[in-house]
Amino acid sequence: MSENPNNWPLWEVFIQSKRGLDHKHVGSLHAADAEMAIENARDVYTRRQEGNSIWVVKSEHIHSSRPEDAESLFDPADDKVYRHPTFYTVPERAKYI
Amino acid sequence: MTDVKNLEELFQAKIDAEQKIEPKDWMPDEYRKTLVRQISQHAHSEVVGMLPEGNWITRAPSLKRKAILLAKVQDEAGHGLYLYSASETLGTSREKTIDDLLSGKAKYSSIFNYPTLTWADIGAIGWLVDGAAIMNQVMLCRTSYGPYARAMVRICKEESFHQRQGYEIMAVLAQGTPEQKEMAQDALNRWWWPSLMMFGPNDADSPHSQQSMTWKIKRQSNDELRQIFIDRTVQQAEVIGLSVPDPLLKWNEERGHYDFGPIDWDEFWNVVKGNGPCNKERLDARNKAHAEGQWVRDAAVAHAAKRAKRKEAA
Repeated sequence: MSENPNNWPLWEVFIQSKRGLDHKHVGSLHAADAEMAIENARDVYTRRQEGNSIWVVKSEHIHSSRPEDAESLFDPADDKVYRHPTFYTVPERAKYI
Repeated sequence: MTDVKNLEELFQAKIDAEQKIEPKDWMPDEYRKTLVRQISQHAHSEVVGMLPEGNWITRAPSLKRKAILLAKVQDEAGHGLYLYSASETLGTSREKTIDDLLSGKAKYSSIFNYPTLTWADIGAIGWLVDGAAIMNQVMLCRTSYGPYARAMVRICKEESFHQRQGYEIMAVLAQGTPEQKEMAQDALNRWWWPSLMMFGPNDADSPHSQQSMTWKIKRQSNDELRQIFIDRTVQQAEVIGLSVPDPLLKWNEERGHYDFGPIDWDEFWNVVKGNGPCNKERLDARNKAHAEGQWVRDAAVAHAAKRAKRKEAA
């Protein structure tokens, strides 16, 4: 956050490109409030029909995992192949499974 | 504790394995500094680049051309913003970045310090200037810093319309009256060499290039990109009956490339140092726009505060 209160805060922008799809992070912008952030996001990120819906979130409200924790967070999944359906052998004659 | 040398090795290993570097990852100070400088210069170029083209919006020869030019200039503003966003992920503040442009401390692409004298210049800018920029930007879609690469993918998607509309303007003029064709040729003559300079100094005179290549910020050298641009553009000029203003230009069968005449690097450095035809005009225009927009920024903050208070009361 900038020290000057007159500087507009930073917002992260998420766009849903089509009904039924996820909102996806596309970038950020500065705006005085949420309404203005949505208006600016529309001008900046949806000039070519990229959007059907816009979410904006103040950047300061986003918390993220730390890169140095990546190993302890994600490596435990590496040796659990039994969480995937392809791990299991089933009789060839069985259908729809 | 991991020491810096070890961290640097891990960092380089990631890059060698074609993994992107993301904002919270450890990175060498020099990598961060190089990116901040490059991305903000790139952003400033998009923003200042609106000025020479904006010059022709009110005088575009038809409503169609006017709508196209407006859309293009609006795109450039958007591209500036994507890039400012990317540079902020490196810990810079937007205000500081803009201040550096306004005070003249930060650079932008020197090409925008040339004037747009005729309508054909709008064609030449789209075709040559955006064409040269695209060469660089396509390469940067694979740059090692994630947010920069993602901004570039977005920009490249939009940029090819810019080049094609410029080439179309030139093609139409070249098929018009002798005066119109002459106008197109004149624009090509004036924009050709500055466009070649956009790729930067020769590799031998570009001391930082090697480090940028090792870090995969850059992935092709200035001279490589310049050569591809020349090979493609000469052919495009032939198709519309215009000629590239270089008496030494000649196809080299053995190299499989065009040989071309020497670039006037004195001119290039002179414009970089602030002595181009429009350096002062461009900076004055940016400062004026920024100063005159102050009340809008203030009003937006006041309005947001009022709206927040009303919501609280409700």
